[in-house]
Amino acid sequence: MKKKKWYDYLWIVSATYLILGFFNILFAWLGLLCFCIPLLIAIFGGDKLYCNRFCGRGQLFDLVGNKLHLSRKKDIPAFLRKKWFRYAFLAFFMIMFFNMLFLTWQVAAGGTTLKEVVTLLWTFKLPWQWANPQANISPWMVQFAYGFYSVMLTSTVLGLVTMALFKPRSWCVYCPMGTMTQCICSIKHKNENVAE
Amino acid sequence: MAKRKAKVQKTECVSCGTCVKVCPVGAISIKKGLFADVAQNCVGCGKCAKACPASVISIEEVLV
Repeated sequence: MKKKKWYDYLWIVSATYLILGFFNILFAWLGLLCFCIPLLIAIFGGDKLYCNRFCGRGQLFDLVGNKLHLSRKKDIPAFLRKKWFRYAFLAFFMIMFFNMLFLTWQVAAGGTTLKEVVTLLWTFKLPWQWANPQANISPWMVQFAYGFYSVMLTSTVLGLVTMALFKPRSWCVYCPMGTMTQCICSIKHKNENVAE
Repeated sequence: MAKRKAKVQKTECVSCGTCVKVCPVGAISIKKGLFADVAQNCVGCGKCAKACPASVISIEEVLV
């Protein structure tokens, strides 16, 4: 058995993040770290060390699927790992993300009022008003938190579904961040002769 | 002599690193964020093939 390192416990951070969103939605802002760190590692380091080592979400699926035996551990349908699907899912994710940013901007501009809902799977609006701290904070900042938490919760739910159906870390196969960082890596190493 | 060794379908590898974590002999590494690379010390145990979420690793007989 390999000795566990500090970064093998980052699943605790991921789990805590999801729980905190039930109490104070503003914690959702911390999720930006899961967007920035992998991109920075890919841009400057040229690898997927975030996926390989630090991704708490991957560790969480690994634990729940393997240790809690909540995964069938079947092969994933081949189309899910094809480049066209991964890029299409990334594109869809980005469209929904910009849609969320647009709503945030509308709230900031006063065009619409704050919606205290968490939108699951881009469809189901779950009332979530209790997590609004009602502090003296710009409504757009709260709106962004609701939107961002929706993104995080939606991807967790999707990840849990594919974890149960296929291998524990099935989410990693079509994770938009993983696709994006891999894309950056391939651009960065385009002219290099990668040893076979 | 034939030896069992893990083989990665590199073009469809998602470089997640699940195989790196389960390999008991540390034979796998992720090459430049592009694909998993199996070193010579692979013992062909098949743990990586079982764990790979993309199912792109197979165990093959190779002549040495």
